[in-house]
Amino acid sequence: MSVFLKNPLALSGLIIILIILILALVAPIIAPYDPNFIDINSILFPPSMNHLMGTDGLGRDVFSRMLYGAQISLLVGFVAVGIATLIGIVLGSLAGFYRGWIDSLIMRFVDIMLSIPTFFLILAVIAFLTPSIWNIMIVIGLTSWMGVTRLVRAEFFSLRQREYVLAAETMGSNHFSIIIKHLLPNSLTPIIVSSVLGIASAVLVESGLSFLGLGVQAPTASWGNILTDGKEYIQFAWWLSLFPGLAILITVLGYNLLGEGLRDILDPKNKN
Amino acid sequence: MKKKFLFSNYIAILISSICLVSCSKETSEVIDYNGKFKNVSGGSLINAMAGEPSNLIAMIAGDSASSAIAGNIFNSLLKYDENLNYAPDLAESWAISNNQKTISFKLKKGLQWADGKPLTSADVLFTWKLITNPNTRTPYASDYQLVKKASTPDPLTFKVTYENSYAPALDTWTSLHILPKHILKDEDINNTFFSRKPTGSSFYKLDEWISGQQVTLKANDKSVLGVPLIKKLISRIIPDTSSQFLELTADNIDVMNINPIQYQRVFPARKDLQQKIALYKELGNGYTYLGFNLKKPPFNDIRVRQALNYAIDKNEVIKGVLLGLGEPISSPYKPGTRWINPNLSPYPYKPSKALALLEEAGFKKNNDGILMKNGKPLKFEIITNQNKQREMTAVVIQKRLQEIGVEVSIRVIEWASFVNRFIKTGDFDVVVLGWSLSLDPDQYNIWHSSQQGPGQFNFLGYSNKNVDKLLELGRKELNVSKREKIYHKFSKYLLEDSPIIYLYAGYGLSAVHKRVKGIKNPAPPAGIYHNNYDWFVPEPLRRNEISAR
Amino acid sequence: MLIGISLVSFFIMHLAPGDVTSSEASFNPKASEESRQKLRELYNLDKPVIIQYGLWVKRIAQLDFGNSFASHQKPVLWERTDKSGNVTKGLIQESLPITLMINLLGICIIFSISIFLGTLSAVRQNTWVDRSITLFVFIGFAIPGFWLALLLMYWTGVSNQWLPISGLHSLGYQNLSTFHQFIDLLKHLVLPVSISSLSGLAGISLYVRNGMLDILHQDFITTARSKGLKESKIVFIHALKNAVLPLITIVGLSIPGLIGGSVIAESIFAIPGMGKLFYDSVLMRDFPVIMGILTIGSFLTLIGNLLADIGYAWADPRVRKGLVK
Repeated sequence: MSVFLKNPLALSGLIIILIILILALVAPIIAPYDPNFIDINSILFPPSMNHLMGTDGLGRDVFSRMLYGAQISLLVGFVAVGIATLIGIVLGSLAGFYRGWIDSLIMRFVDIMLSIPTFFLILAVIAFLTPSIWNIMIVIGLTSWMGVTRLVRAEFFSLRQREYVLAAETMGSNHFSIIIKHLLPNSLTPIIVSSVLGIASAVLVESGLSFLGLGVQAPTASWGNILTDGKEYIQFAWWLSLFPGLAILITVLGYNLLGEGLRDILDPKNKN
Repeated sequence: MKKKFLFSNYIAILISSICLVSCSKETSEVIDYNGKFKNVSGGSLINAMAGEPSNLIAMIAGDSASSAIAGNIFNSLLKYDENLNYAPDLAESWAISNNQKTISFKLKKGLQWADGKPLTSADVLFTWKLITNPNTRTPYASDYQLVKKASTPDPLTFKVTYENSYAPALDTWTSLHILPKHILKDEDINNTFFSRKPTGSSFYKLDEWISGQQVTLKANDKSVLGVPLIKKLISRIIPDTSSQFLELTADNIDVMNINPIQYQRVFPARKDLQQKIALYKELGNGYTYLGFNLKKPPFNDIRVRQALNYAIDKNEVIKGVLLGLGEPISSPYKPGTRWINPNLSPYPYKPSKALALLEEAGFKKNNDGILMKNGKPLKFEIITNQNKQREMTAVVIQKRLQEIGVEVSIRVIEWASFVNRFIKTGDFDVVVLGWSLSLDPDQYNIWHSSQQGPGQFNFLGYSNKNVDKLLELGRKELNVSKREKIYHKFSKYLLEDSPIIYLYAGYGLSAVHKRVKGIKNPAPPAGIYHNNYDWFVPEPLRRNEISAR
Repeated sequence: MLIGISLVSFFIMHLAPGDVTSSEASFNPKASEESRQKLRELYNLDKPVIIQYGLWVKRIAQLDFGNSFASHQKPVLWERTDKSGNVTKGLIQESLPITLMINLLGICIIFSISIFLGTLSAVRQNTWVDRSITLFVFIGFAIPGFWLALLLMYWTGVSNQWLPISGLHSLGYQNLSTFHQFIDLLKHLVLPVSISSLSGLAGISLYVRNGMLDILHQDFITTARSKGLKESKIVFIHALKNAVLPLITIVGLSIPGLIGGSVIAESIFAIPGMGKLFYDSVLMRDFPVIMGILTIGSFLTLIGNLLADIGYAWADPRVRKGLVK
């Protein structure tokens, strides 16, 4: 734990994430307005005492929308990465444990998925399914499991030959319990790092999708769509671009710092 | 050592490039755009398009970018003047026979194609044959197929005879671009290179088309309607509207369609922009509406539809979404035209009346304030395509309907899925969409009960025998005042039945650089672009081409 | 594998509702359904998916990528000359060079800057230099691209007229000398290339840093130091050479990415590249183009992997010597 606190990367990342998490959780309590409250007499007002971050094109309070948007960004991140990690663990374990033709088959599949540029895949699928927050999360999840699979597989390869695994096998434990009890727990490091970094990436992808009109749909607020709504008046309504842009930047930065910091800490090579 | 050395090389190159960049920077001077200038020819006009034209043969191309460019290159027999009356284009006069089934067009004398060859009625006949040929891949043939017989008694006369008198006929002849027979007679119109290298007869001809980047047109000195003042029209392909706006404010483009917020809020706040860019407002060519799926309960109940009409505050929608830059309507036509029924007015905002009607229809509020009937809440989904204004409109409507206890959800869908998965299959509740209208009042295709097949345009499922009769009559009646009466009655039925809720007819908003002179302001009914051949750029205001970015 | 990808992509595409006849014009009351039906028959869109796939495979086998549905018969891959000598350029032929140019420039910049930053970071590990470089590259990764693009476009193009805002060429480009044309192109590319490289910087810099850290702690470095070799020589010649090896694999793996333009960057900067082409063809259900791009993409993946393996084997003297023996 003290090692953790000593690593400034991980520490600053964690602090940022905790702040955003807390803000997202207390959004319903501290938001001064209903994020969907339309007030056509207050369209595009700059930040003021009444509206800390100004109002948007329909007079809705941007600060409240940002708070609720935090919920969306985090939700998208967690669920998408959750799906990707789950798939990755399953496929990676199977490939790493059984090797042979199962491994070849799974890796072939990984290669195929990797050769189609990710964003294109997401784009194509979202254009077909109608965009909704669940579809977006599922699609991001379904297109980012390849990295985790490879990591888990690599860990399993190296761990497979350890004595305690061979011992477990000779004692007749079934494959499933070996995977769950011995191999997975020791492969957690890369999985954790990759998940944290994956959340950062998912948040960025959502904002990119919003730019193309395929992100989270109206009237739900997400940082990506607040940013996109304001892009045509960037010289005039700077508050519509500044706050969500900064929010995305800081959140993604936080997750990256935490992820890299964790990698530093958990990687035995960096003890110097 | 090696890597550091290479890196400092990179730095050196970077720094020298920056120097080169700044060395070629223009000095900015203060120019007065408000002086009086004589109209002179020369100069260029740069505008921006979001999409690239696919094919300059308008009858085959389906996209607006193609028809916009083709409209500068080709002529039709007729066109609309600034007050939206029929005016000569290639034809100097036209006469309708007594039995109202034959139209004779008399072409102007001495018409030439851009390559110098004469333009005669043979070209018109050729074009008509082309568009009605079943092998031509055009979606627009149906109007022209109604012509039973077409002939050219002499090189300056073109005669068409219809099976039955067809009132929209003249309108159809304003949009058929006449094509050169001498160039196309042996070509396969569907695959010909002419689509990328056309020869027309109108003000401009194609100079250069750099795929994906810009299309340049230059003045056609053989133009049938006279040579335009501005020598070059350059259309830059800039897909993103925020980039377009940045280019406009940096003086790199001259013309752009802007949105209400830019018109009403951004420009007034920037004195520097107002000095060099002028704003124009004109009546748009369509209207936006909320359409009900008339085959799905509860929308088959007229009381529910009327109630929802009373429950939506149209003025709020116009103020909120368009910042006031639009008009409420009560007839399905462009404001200011004779087809609007002057005795009709939009449903006012009366939530109490809405609730009363809904109660009649069996909906009562429960303890949570939600309207219920037979234990089921009044709940539906509004779908619309990816259009910012429609999205915002749906959001405003959602809020108002929530206030009287209706639960509304919104879904924004990409166009191809929207049309195929929801509209064509009839799998929707309510849509927010718009119609972009032709200037002829005929709306048979949209409202006649026979047009409800898959892929046809009465997708709401509207059926009213009286309306059917009126629409059939209106198509045959060539007398304008009689037609007016027919369509006024049609509008009345439509308003009462309320298959759609008229939301607004938005204004067309443009920003044009002040170097472009000759624009009519306030805009006439046909809009500011109708006389773009009269626009000019005075010499002192022209941009210096080579150093322009 | 090519078959696998093409099969999967083909079926996914056809799962989508709609086809090329569903364009905006399809909602024009003047347009008839019969014409759309005829178009569908012409493009074989009314046949069962399996048959459409079979027809496509047959053509691809002869290297005929077909013509685009949406842009009226423009060839998908390479230009076509008709009997009068008119050349219609292929869609991919026009967009690919542009995307390649941007990506190659980007890769050069990413790798050179990353190697520099990563090395610096490793050598000054845990100092403020290291931390600030790490922070800088992380911020580069975390910034939403289109946000930064619009901000920079405004700052460099509108407020101060240093750089052009969008597009690839200025007006009157043809009138410039070749040298000035080149400079003009570079000016237009500064923003798009910088923005698309920004996110790659983080990954590669960190990779180099960690790689260098690994190597710098190995025995042979300590030996070299004890032998009295200059520190800079140790770092830049011995250590760097070894750290750069895995980068070759990365270069190989980035090859498939070379043809993928960022649709967002291309939209904003009005650059007609592969990203925009793919996005537009997806929205317009232009199947020949979509399949063409995916096929080329998978082909390049295979080549990329192969080159990466060869490159690695060649660069690593251990493998080279082994082969020679």
